[in-house]
Amino acid sequence: MTMATNTLFSTSRVRRTLTTQEPSWVRRALIGLALAFLTLFLFVPLFLVFYEALKKGVDVYFAAIIEPDALSAIQLTLTVAAIAVPLNLVFGLAAAWAIAKFEFRGKNLLITLIDLPFSVSPVVSGLIYVLIFGLQGWLGPWLAEHDIQVIFAVTGIVLATVFVTVPFIARELIPLMQAQGTEEEEAAVALGANGWQTFSRVTLPNIKWGLLYGTILCNARAMGEFGAVSVVSGHIRGSTNTLPLHVEILYNEYNFAAAFAVASLLALLALVTLALKTVVESKITQPKENADEHRSA
Amino acid sequence: MSTFKRHSILPGFNLALGFTLLYLSLIVLIPLSAAFIRTTELSWQEFWFAVTTPRVMASYRLTFGASFAAALVNAVFGLLVAWVLVRYRFPGKKLIDALVDLPFALPTAVAGIALTALYAGNGWIGQYLEPLGIKVAFTPIGVFVALTFIGLPFVVRTVQPVLEDIESELEEAAAMLGANRLQTFSRIIIPTIFPALMTGFALAFARAIGEYGSVIFIAGNMPMVSEITPLLIITKLEQYDYAGATALAVVMLVISFILLLVINLLQWWGRRRSALA
Repeated sequence: MTMATNTLFSTSRVRRTLTTQEPSWVRRALIGLALAFLTLFLFVPLFLVFYEALKKGVDVYFAAIIEPDALSAIQLTLTVAAIAVPLNLVFGLAAAWAIAKFEFRGKNLLITLIDLPFSVSPVVSGLIYVLIFGLQGWLGPWLAEHDIQVIFAVTGIVLATVFVTVPFIARELIPLMQAQGTEEEEAAVALGANGWQTFSRVTLPNIKWGLLYGTILCNARAMGEFGAVSVVSGHIRGSTNTLPLHVEILYNEYNFAAAFAVASLLALLALVTLALKTVVESKITQPKENADEHRSA
Repeated sequence: MSTFKRHSILPGFNLALGFTLLYLSLIVLIPLSAAFIRTTELSWQEFWFAVTTPRVMASYRLTFGASFAAALVNAVFGLLVAWVLVRYRFPGKKLIDALVDLPFALPTAVAGIALTALYAGNGWIGQYLEPLGIKVAFTPIGVFVALTFIGLPFVVRTVQPVLEDIESELEEAAAMLGANRLQTFSRIIIPTIFPALMTGFALAFARAIGEYGSVIFIAGNMPMVSEITPLLIITKLEQYDYAGATALAVVMLVISFILLLVINLLQWWGRRRSALA
């Protein structure tokens, strides 16, 4: 019954009669205007990154990328993402399990708190760690006594990156797991599965695409973060310089070809992220629609 | 305990919630509270003086003005892009739909240097604007351009799903009752998508206010003219003026929290609207 109305709705949504369709010149004008806006603000800047990177030839391009400072920046960026993303993955799973599978007081407040880092300026996100771990910070004197450096060191960069990427995976998983309900897990437990078995054999297969989606977005931000990392890094070449910071240094030295060469790596990362995201999105929506029909039938 | 949590046979609640709260406290809540606690080292007069000097006031005007203008442009063109993507067919639509999220995925520093090169006096676009007397790079207009770029996906992505859900029966009924397309658009479609449009606007505005990476390259960063508030925080930090930097950070945090509240209210309004419809 529901399935029939669903298909009815979807066809009526696709087929538009003359009365609910604009004249073709209006359609063309609107499409043209939208494309002009996107070209000006999105496509031209994106194209320019690759054009400027390769303007002085492939040799200059690769020289800028395999130069030791650039390689060390690549290595640091990969290291930071390799620590920050798994931490937020575990957090996202734990938060989504508690929030989506159980009813408790203060749940909405908790969801708001998880989203908090999204609304904090990147600069402030870096600053708050300086206030705790910096020389004049709460733990500064103690850390200095024990010869531990957090600010202007890799630890600080990791902390700032973790902060700005906290919400990504959790906010993907929470609505997904809420929509899936608890029946399947309850059946598994009733049949004698323990907690880990229930999670790994019932929940995980259901959320794998959503989990991947959140991880991809989290990783892109972790590798691309600039403001927060800039505050805590100290910009020490070859040591605390991530890829985005390396771009800034090269650009400020008027070494534009090298700056855009390194920037093109990050632009490629963005394009790969968007491609993966589009693929995973289709995986998320398709099974969900199938499941809906399955359930209603 | 029974009033706090409804009974469930599923395991792992205490572990999951305990870990969530611990992690959130260590990474987010305690560090954020540090900013508020550190400002109490200042007297009220000192705090007020630090956050209202002429240079700081000029940075507020630029940050809020440029963010507002950028969010406004994004509201108009974001609605247009969402409309075209939902309603019309044209070649390359899927690719363009995917690329709308580019500002989310592209690191802000990359966007910053690309826009600067584009709008500089000798850039692809700048060279045509310069003879007209329009300077974009290294002026407040440059700040506006960068903020428009980073805020672009918000309106598109909030309006798009609502637009997809509008049933054509509604528009057909309006047409049969004698409304022309423009009337249907302004009386049926705009009211339906208005909460989503406002949410997108607020999200773009909130993001723009805190933005740093894409702006600092194109802004020129002249005090009193093209210096945004987040940059001023960094400047103070580099001069070891921790108290001044923290005071400004607290102002920005309070504004972010207010905007977060507004956005939540707008989303609640939108959900209630769609539930009623």
